[in-house]
Amino acid sequence: MSVLVYIDTLSGEVAKAAMEAVFYGSKIGPTTVLTNGSISEDSLASLGEFGAEKVLLNKAVTTNDSSQITNLVAAAVESTGATTIVMPLDLTGRAVAPRVSAKLKAGLASGAVTLPNADGTVKVNVFSGKAFGNVAIKTDKKVITLTPNSLQIESTGGSASVEEFNADAGSSNITVKEVRKQEGDVLLPEAEIVVSAGRGLKGPENWGIVEDLAKSLGAATACSRPVADIGWRPHHEHVGQTGVAIRPNLYIAAGISGAIQHLAGVNGSKVIVVINTDPEAPFFKAADYGVVGDAFEVLPKLKEEIEKFKAQN
Amino acid sequence: MKFLVCISKAPDTTTKIEFTDGNTKFNEAGVQYIVNPYDEWYALVRALELKESLGGEVTTITVGPAADESIIRKALAIGADKAVRVNAEANDAYFTAFQIAEYAKSGGFDMILCGKETINYNGSQVGGMIAELMGLPYVSLATKLEMNGATATIDREMKGGVEVVEVNTPFVLSAAKGMAEQRIPNMRGIMAARTKPLEVVEPVACDDLTTFQSYELPPAKSDCKYVDPDNMAELVDLLHNEAKVI
Ligand SMILES: Cc1cc2nc3c(=O)[nH]c(=O)nc-3n(C[C@H](O)[C@H](O)[C@H](O)COP(=O)(O)OP(=O)(O)OC[C@H]3O[C@@H](n4cnc5c(N)ncnc54)[C@H](O)[C@@H]3O)c2cc1C
Ligand SMILES: Nc1ncnc2c1ncn2[C@@H]1O[C@H](COP(=O)(O)O)[C@@H](O)[C@H]1O
Repeated sequence: MSVLVYIDTLSGEVAKAAMEAVFYGSKIGPTTVLTNGSISEDSLASLGEFGAEKVLLNKAVTTNDSSQITNLVAAAVESTGATTIVMPLDLTGRAVAPRVSAKLKAGLASGAVTLPNADGTVKVNVFSGKAFGNVAIKTDKKVITLTPNSLQIESTGGSASVEEFNADAGSSNITVKEVRKQEGDVLLPEAEIVVSAGRGLKGPENWGIVEDLAKSLGAATACSRPVADIGWRPHHEHVGQTGVAIRPNLYIAAGISGAIQHLAGVNGSKVIVVINTDPEAPFFKAADYGVVGDAFEVLPKLKEEIEKFKAQN
Repeated sequence: MKFLVCISKAPDTTTKIEFTDGNTKFNEAGVQYIVNPYDEWYALVRALELKESLGGEVTTITVGPAADESIIRKALAIGADKAVRVNAEANDAYFTAFQIAEYAKSGGFDMILCGKETINYNGSQVGGMIAELMGLPYVSLATKLEMNGATATIDREMKGGVEVVEVNTPFVLSAAKGMAEQRIPNMRGIMAARTKPLEVVEPVACDDLTTFQSYELPPAKSDCKYVDPDNMAELVDLLHNEAKVI
């Protein structure tokens, strides 16, 4: 069962979600990776560490146009004979995977959280993380997108050969006019640690203590929906059922009540710490560790202790 | 300008998720359905705003059984001009996209708008599939949409930022937060919705590519361990030695 993994490397780097997809593919079968743009061959060769045998690089397509990438994927499926196509469920995967599925008439299991089950079904997130569904793909060719941070990758120490891949991608009807980079170094959907805050923080001017704690942990910052709606924080930080769904190793929530719609987006987190003045806050029911206290006092103290810990370890 | 907005139903966000029939079916008993928030708040409202400033018509399309007509009327109450329902259960994204693409092919739509994802199956699948089936450009996860003649300028989420793109009609788009503000239907809208046309069409033949074989709930959380607010050293110790996450 040979596997093709498509990853977006337009940033010039191989993101963690991409390594996870490669590792996932290699657990299913011999894996070829496809990417496009101008990333260095050395970074691509290192994908061998996560199980890739070969990497195909298309240099002609330099944007993330889902139509062009779909054509490249279809051509690579043809040339490698792959029967399983894997992509991370990142922003590009969300656009490309359904197109590939429709083009190849290959069923798509979207948002896998584990390797395929023994019976071939794929366990995916449903109901915004409130449950899982086991999807049976009825077609011979199968497309799977992988939820970021769902599996622990291990390095196997291999190296992959890199080949240039030329195929007719067709033309693009989408013109990129401008790219605006987001501030902050840790991207929320891939972050292993997330520090999040809600209306309990009272105003945007108070977010310094949230950002300071995040910095000490190398964490991304997030927020509850009302906080993004009122404009205290940018929309892309909004987590929950109608925002981003995340599953970091550690989620620290301060001044968030823990409404069901908020929990839906974060209850895939491995460990949840809740800081709230109200001992009755519903969030404590979903927490592993709880601190009944004032975020304005607890967050700086926690930051101080983290820094002490980091200095010693 | 002619807009087609894909509207799906979703269980109310406070619904307690349970399964029946040996975990093979979602338990619908007592479940309140709403319009999928991304479809209503962002895709539909932005289409209505553009229609109001540029003229044209907003049609909604839903693949679903007759029971879905209550959420379709809600979309009409918010301001859509007319609605289409494809009379079939939407169990598979490809089947759903195929039905919508078949209907849209002869409709002369300038733009087909979907939500980012449904909040029950969260596949983010249908929009991209419609685009591929119709051979159209697909702008996913749009957070802002402006029209200038037949050219759209769209902000879309990209890895680590925002990308501003231009595309000519016709195209398919999926709408994310930021596109528009939620609208509450008023009494006049609700009254008008009762008499707006709701066309029912039968599905065309198409095989499902996937099925949900079973469901499971996440394992129950163990009890919360409380740490004194004055003892953050203990919390750090627990996170390091017990939870092993730092
Ligand atoms: C259809 C729908 C979809 C939704 N989707 C989402 C979603 O995706 N994500 C989301 O987050 N919400 C969502 N919501 C909103 C959700 O229902 C809640 O209203 C929201 O999560 C509450 O945000 P909050 O916890 O920040 O604010 P609040 O509920 O106001 O809670 C503030 C909390 O801060 C605590 N607090 C106050 N002062 C302090 C202090 N000094 N220190 C520590 N704690 C303090 C309070 O005890 C309280 O628990 C949705 C709602 C609907 C209807
Ligand atoms: N049954 C349906 N009828 C009409 N549109 C749908 C249906 N299911 C999904 N959609 C549209 O496709 C988008 C993505 O859905 P999904 O692929 O299920 O995440 C939704 O936000 C809707 O706009």
